[in-house]
Amino acid sequence: MSEYRDETMMLKTPFHSRVEAANELNEWDGWSGYTTPVAYTDVELEYFAIRNSTGVFDLSPMTKYRISGPDAEAYLNRLVTRDVSKIKIDRVGYVIWCDDEGQMMDDGTLFHLGKNDYRLCSYTRVMDWMSWAAMGFDVRIVDETSEVAALAVQGPTSCACLSAMGLTGLEELKPFGIKRFTFADTELMVSRTGFTGDLGYELWIEPQHAEALWDQLFAAGKHYMIKPIGSSALDLARIETGFLQAGVDFVPAQDTVRIGRSRSPFELGLSWLVDFEKPVFNGRKALLKESVEGSSYRLVFLDVEGNKPAANSFILVGPEQVGTVTSAAWCPTAKSNFAFAQVEAKYAEVGRELIAEIYYQRELHWTRLLAKCTVVAAAPFNPPRRRQTPAPMC
Amino acid sequence: MDSRTCPWHALRFDTGGHVVKKYDAIVIGAGHNGLTNAAYLAKSGLDVLVVERNSYIGGATVSRELHKDWTYSNCSYVCSLLRPEISRDLELPRHGLQVVPYGGGITFMENGDQFGNFRDHERQYREIMRHSPRDANAYDRYSADVTKQTRLIRPFLLRTPPDPTSLKPRDLKELAMLARAFTEMGEEGLADTLKFWTMSVGDYLESFFETDVLKAHLAGSGIIGTALGVYSPGTAYVLLHHYMGDVDGTVGAWGFARGGMGAVSAALAKSLQAYGGEIVCAANVDQIMVRNGRATGVALKDGTEYHADIVVSNLDPKRTFLDIMAESDLPEDVVNKAKNFKIRGSSGKLNIALDGLPTFNGVHPDSTLMIGDMHFSDSLERLERAYDDWKAGAWSRDPYCDMLIPTLTDPTMAPPGKHMMTVFVQYAPPLINGREWTDEDRDAFGKTVIDQIGNYSPDFKDLILHAEVRTPRELEAEVGLTEGNIFQGELTFDQLLFNRPFPGYAQYRGPVKGMYMCGSGTHPGGGVMAAPGANAAREILMDLKRPNTVPGAYADD
Ligand SMILES: Cc1cc2nc3c(=O)[nH]c(=O)nc-3n(C[C@H](O)[C@H](O)[C@H](O)COP(=O)(O)OP(=O)(O)OC[C@H]3O[C@@H](n4cnc5c(N)ncnc54)[C@H](O)[C@@H]3O)c2cc1C
Repeated sequence: MSEYRDETMMLKTPFHSRVEAANELNEWDGWSGYTTPVAYTDVELEYFAIRNSTGVFDLSPMTKYRISGPDAEAYLNRLVTRDVSKIKIDRVGYVIWCDDEGQMMDDGTLFHLGKNDYRLCSYTRVMDWMSWAAMGFDVRIVDETSEVAALAVQGPTSCACLSAMGLTGLEELKPFGIKRFTFADTELMVSRTGFTGDLGYELWIEPQHAEALWDQLFAAGKHYMIKPIGSSALDLARIETGFLQAGVDFVPAQDTVRIGRSRSPFELGLSWLVDFEKPVFNGRKALLKESVEGSSYRLVFLDVEGNKPAANSFILVGPEQVGTVTSAAWCPTAKSNFAFAQVEAKYAEVGRELIAEIYYQRELHWTRLLAKCTVVAAAPFNPPRRRQTPAPMC
Repeated sequence: MDSRTCPWHALRFDTGGHVVKKYDAIVIGAGHNGLTNAAYLAKSGLDVLVVERNSYIGGATVSRELHKDWTYSNCSYVCSLLRPEISRDLELPRHGLQVVPYGGGITFMENGDQFGNFRDHERQYREIMRHSPRDANAYDRYSADVTKQTRLIRPFLLRTPPDPTSLKPRDLKELAMLARAFTEMGEEGLADTLKFWTMSVGDYLESFFETDVLKAHLAGSGIIGTALGVYSPGTAYVLLHHYMGDVDGTVGAWGFARGGMGAVSAALAKSLQAYGGEIVCAANVDQIMVRNGRATGVALKDGTEYHADIVVSNLDPKRTFLDIMAESDLPEDVVNKAKNFKIRGSSGKLNIALDGLPTFNGVHPDSTLMIGDMHFSDSLERLERAYDDWKAGAWSRDPYCDMLIPTLTDPTMAPPGKHMMTVFVQYAPPLINGREWTDEDRDAFGKTVIDQIGNYSPDFKDLILHAEVRTPRELEAEVGLTEGNIFQGELTFDQLLFNRPFPGYAQYRGPVKGMYMCGSGTHPGGGVMAAPGANAAREILMDLKRPNTVPGAYADD
């Protein structure tokens, strides 16, 4: 008799035992093949942990690549659109990369860990593209997703929680800085980064120490109202602060099948990440051309009248449909009704009034609402503590 | 040139002979409604001054550090009624306001059991089930009924009540809207509604539930700030008044203002200042000055005068008409109506700094139930007896407490691991058997409350670092609320809508030209709502024929 064994369909993160114990709602989702919580106890309260105290998010399934070798910096400079040489050691840069047509493949955070030693964290998997792009460079690219456990610790008391855990001097760490500590005889790397637009940190450690890290963090954070948070709360926070999500606000270029469904960094409002001073990088030629000739679309931020979220709305000018909403939420801290929309480029100037066609249901009764909305320059949530150093303690 | 006739109308002499500026509008009182009113007037481009008697702003919406490193919301303590339209429009979040919702709640029972009001509906169902399977199911019927009633009232919060005796097109239109809202409820619904508006909270709850502790837990909202008992007609409406707010669209939910309730007033003040408005503190108004039937400004007790053609009072109706206006400037009926205005004090409050989190009998120290409102009255009968004491001119020996620990939610109000407790107490009479409160009475009242909490928490008393005890005497003296009535006037049907503060004066206009009212004594009443202030601003701007700056209400469907 032949013996046939297979792994379980979904993987568990290194924090799973703790996540499972805390997940009272038993609401699970999948993220890159891992079981992850949608919410633990209450989405609203989890969201407010991020904005009022500290929310902890298990980030382990995030795709992570280690890029090293003599040509690592040169290689990355070829891969991404911004100037990697400006990201110093122990600093993190927000980067994007494009295909040869200048279409956005994904965004991510690039950690400069040492000379010619980097970690790239991204939503999508990029091994294939990175391998193509590596031709002619002396680099080693390793997928270390399962070798690094990670927690996002975000919110106004996050620095206080981590300080109480013994990470002294953390308050001096500047945004996008990296600091290393010793934890259980191993290295605990802390970066002042996150996906919430708030004061916050991300913790990186070897998987075998994950549970101990979780336990100590939650013990130290008790008086600071620390709470685990699921993906729903995080999603609300990222919308409120204007962060794009691959697969939601744009389709990664490599995944598009239909003509015209990919977007360029200009179209996504990310031109500040494109550095034409660099002589070569993937997509440069096409982007240069677009910068002269203009773009077709533009992702805009909308302040929407009323309190009904404009999820999945059509954007209208008169009777004509000129765009669609990609993300939308009533923002509980900013107290505004906010949306991201892709609109034809000519309707994108700040101050422009558009109409969102909103459908909502109450007791099986659908209502169609034509809500006025205004193109605004920035997302509504952007507190000073996000940038302050030393970091505030509450 | 005589400066009294100088072409710059903004220049005037004050009594001391100094040149003072003439404002477009003066608001008396920097309560949250006065600040809201001033912000909307300033937003429309008017030159606005707010004069406040205390050395700090906020009135009953205030945060105070009365014990080092502890912030007390020492009057109002929880937030729900604040109109989201106003918050957004005046950009209060950008000016520092954050309202954080909470869940939970417990009523401790004399027999050692308890009712835990879980935030999760299914968990709450199981908890009620423990007391009564029928009530667990009836709770849904109750929720639907209360929601029906809130849906009726909410659209009127940001509208001026119509004058039912007026034939003006606007009044007729608003009356028609009111009538339509009622008729949409259907004949039976209308009957229910009329019953609801006049019945007692006790009778109302008894039409749904059989469990004493559940009824008692819910009934508290019907008597808070109210000189009535759970079986007094009209208290069902008071319950509704506490359910009609929302936090981010969750109707009936409550939250803490981060940094205490003073964060609401602070954000309003910043918004006002961003529109160019000014605030002067320690400015005790003696009188609204009136000449030829027109308001001309205010005179402070120290003799300073400020001039404006628009004068708005944030004070309660009694203070406004009987204290800072001359009887000779007023029609007789207004003086009489002000004298008869019902504003009986019935509440006290303790604010307590704690050295740690107290443990409560039968509750796990990490229980999320404690992140909500906690009570010790487990039956309607005990609540009614508490009211009997008030009627007899004494504070309740077994008082109803609405007790919360905001520091389980808000990390900014006490050092880490330490806590702040707010205890709202019903009932405390404005006078003790007809005589003034003494300090000894106040302390004995405080002891009554502390003992009651101590009965359910063995370590509570040992954790007390500081306690502020406020009786109606302190509320009146410090906040300026007549008799310490927290709503600036009772919320009974005869004093609501077009009857608030009194018939004929419910549209924010006073009896003197240029004089207005904007406090909780006007529609839609008390609570940290900002609606009276905003509604009054809309009327003032209408009279000045200026464009309206006050937002309308969100559609509530
Ligand atoms: C103990 C207590 C607990 C409460 N709890 C809650 C709660 O949890 N949630 C809630 O929503 N509501 C609560 N309320 C009710 C709510 O706080 C009030 O209804 C609301 O704050 C009143 O606001 P206002 O602006 O209308 O008036 P006020 O806050 O009364 O403002 C009037 C202002 O006028 C000033 N003033 C008085 N006389 C003069 C003068 N002669 N010259 C100049 N200035 C003067 C006063 O100092 C004050 O600042 C509570 C009230 C109290 C007292």
